Amino acid sequence: MKHTISVLVENKFGVLARVAGLFSARGYNIASLAVSQTLDPEVSYMSIVVEAKDEKVLEQINKQLNKLIDVITVTDFTKKEYVDRELVLAKINYTPKNKSKLEAVFEKFVGKIVVHKDDTAIIEAVGDQEQIKVLLEELNKFGIKELVRTGKLAISN
Amino acid sequence: MKMTGSQILLECLKREGVEVVFGYPGGQILPTFDALYGYEGFKFILTRHEQGAAHAADGYARVTGKVGVCLATSGPGATNLVTGIANAYMDSIPMVAITGQVPTALIGNDAFQEADITGITRPVTKHNYLVKDIKDLARIIREAFYIASTGRPGPVLIDLPKDVQVAQTEFIWPEEIKLRSYNPVFSGHPGQIRRAAKMIMAAKKPIIYIGGGVIISGAAPEVMELAERTGCPVTWTLMGIGGFPSRHKQSLGMLGMHGTAYANHSIMESDLIIALGARFDDRVTGRLDVFAPDAEVIHVDIDPSSISKNVRVDVPIVGDLKQVLLELLQEIKQAPVIADWSKHVESLKKKFPMSLKDKSKILPQYVIQQIEEATAGDAIICTEVGQHQMWAAQWYNYSKVRTFISSGGLGTMGFGFPASIGAKLGAPEKTVFNIAGDGSIQMNIQELGTCVANKINVKVAILNNGYLGMVRQWQELFYDRRYSYTPISSPDFVKLAESYGAVGIRVTKKEEVRPALDRAIKTDNTVFIDFHVEEEENVYPMVPAGEAINNIIGGLA
Repeated sequence: MKHTISVLVENKFGVLARVAGLFSARGYNIASLAVSQTLDPEVSYMSIVVEAKDEKVLEQINKQLNKLIDVITVTDFTKKEYVDRELVLAKINYTPKNKSKLEAVFEKFVGKIVVHKDDTAIIEAVGDQEQIKVLLEELNKFGIKELVRTGKLAISN
Repeated sequence: MKMTGSQILLECLKREGVEVVFGYPGGQILPTFDALYGYEGFKFILTRHEQGAAHAADGYARVTGKVGVCLATSGPGATNLVTGIANAYMDSIPMVAITGQVPTALIGNDAFQEADITGITRPVTKHNYLVKDIKDLARIIREAFYIASTGRPGPVLIDLPKDVQVAQTEFIWPEEIKLRSYNPVFSGHPGQIRRAAKMIMAAKKPIIYIGGGVIISGAAPEVMELAERTGCPVTWTLMGIGGFPSRHKQSLGMLGMHGTAYANHSIMESDLIIALGARFDDRVTGRLDVFAPDAEVIHVDIDPSSISKNVRVDVPIVGDLKQVLLELLQEIKQAPVIADWSKHVESLKKKFPMSLKDKSKILPQYVIQQIEEATAGDAIICTEVGQHQMWAAQWYNYSKVRTFISSGGLGTMGFGFPASIGAKLGAPEKTVFNIAGDGSIQMNIQELGTCVANKINVKVAILNNGYLGMVRQWQELFYDRRYSYTPISSPDFVKLAESYGAVGIRVTKKEEVRPALDRAIKTDNTVFIDFHVEEEENVYPMVPAGEAINNIIGGLA
């Protein structure tokens, strides 16, 4: 099962390696990872989606993360209310002919064409995991040439 | 006053109370060795291999409870420390390892003798630092000692580039250490402690199970009070040896793979396990799904990640063991009613005693018993790893903490001899024995040079059976006696010791054992005693790996 964890860490070199190393050393799988600075430039925020087969593994991940000296706080969103978003950039097959089809897609999803060149458009879209999943199914109908995703960002409410 | 990075390092070590540093020079640590020239703030011991330096620092830390310090150069010097660092990490030993590094401008350049030692040691250190700016140096050293010695202790590595060693800055001793992200817990949760006390008072078949945390926390007196006030039997892990006197009437000895049969049966039948600073290692629990099926578990540990990692815990208490026990003892108003259980445990002791079958050759266990007698049980016993280690754990009665020094978690052959050097420097008034096998001793035998050059008087009892005995035992029992590469040759240990300027004694007959030990103890020099023991003696009792711990083979009367 997938779980979302956020980790506040000291913004120092090597911290990402410590966190990533912890996961690989114990055989935990990272499904997605997003890292950025916070309002405090000395603190970084990591949003991690992990695959944990049971509560026990999740508990260990939590405890082991807390053991790292550079980790300030760990928040497990499993039992919390939170808002999550992911940004995708996709290169799709696109000609002015199917403009209306794409517009129909963007009526349902937060997104737009960023660049249109020849028969290719780069589109950006934002949504939670379920929305992104459905969006990608829609975009697949056009033909996705390339796809990049930020990984999930989460914030508690 | 302006000081160089190297001078700041030495000054900080001195201020941290360091008495001795073990190490080895090299190119990228030269400025620091230059500062060490004629330095008298602490003792420096030149080992013959960096691994020896790390293990010696570890042995010193285990005996004194202080932080052990080792120093090496970059690249191979640093990588040679890694086994010693990993060893300290697994056994929660406070250590600070300092390595030279290529100048900051060359880092990442594959420079001569460059190794990414902070990267290499990340999974085997509690924390590590690469010092890029001399202004951070004093603070980092203070933090390193603080992190190494508090909470669940462990090794911290400081990687010090050559240009930082020679740079100069105003020395400011940081009085305070502020780490917002590191705040070890000391006192346990009062509600949980009350719950634990209630469970103890209501238990019918309780057992106290202690580990290395008892020794680290200095909680042996509180464990004794808990045991005597409740009447619970007490068993321990390899790391817990010395945490409770083994001749005490409530003592069950060590449990687990090579534990006593009565300890294993008792914990399997118990209805309450009071786990104190132990971590339910696989060598202790055996097959997990059938381990102590009727027992509820109270688990006190400083490290939350040790709790509920292997076994399900009913009452977790995170905190310093000594603090928690002091509070717990206040809550225990009456002893549990366990007369029947005590009688039953006593009967298990009678039914499954530790036993030996005498043979014509010297039994290795007999040598251990004789070491105890010859030292009146007051020695510090270091060990290597293998059969001799288990015999040293089983057949010597330890009564005090910090007198059994052994590689528990990592199981590092070659640990004992350099560790005995650190042990002797930490407790110069004590007789220090390293109990070794003929295989293990050859892994760091070069430290004979360190002993003799520094007049470090340790006694090495080699239980020489011509085999890598523990592996041979597994081959005998589980691989159809196919002794694949376990017969091992040795040099003439007597001549070898003598060539270093130490003393060598060979013992081939039982009646020579005690006189040889007496002579070794009286000798004011390092002594190698080469005991030619029974070749195919096995360590019993034994629980095969992955079996329930009451599924015991061998060694039963």
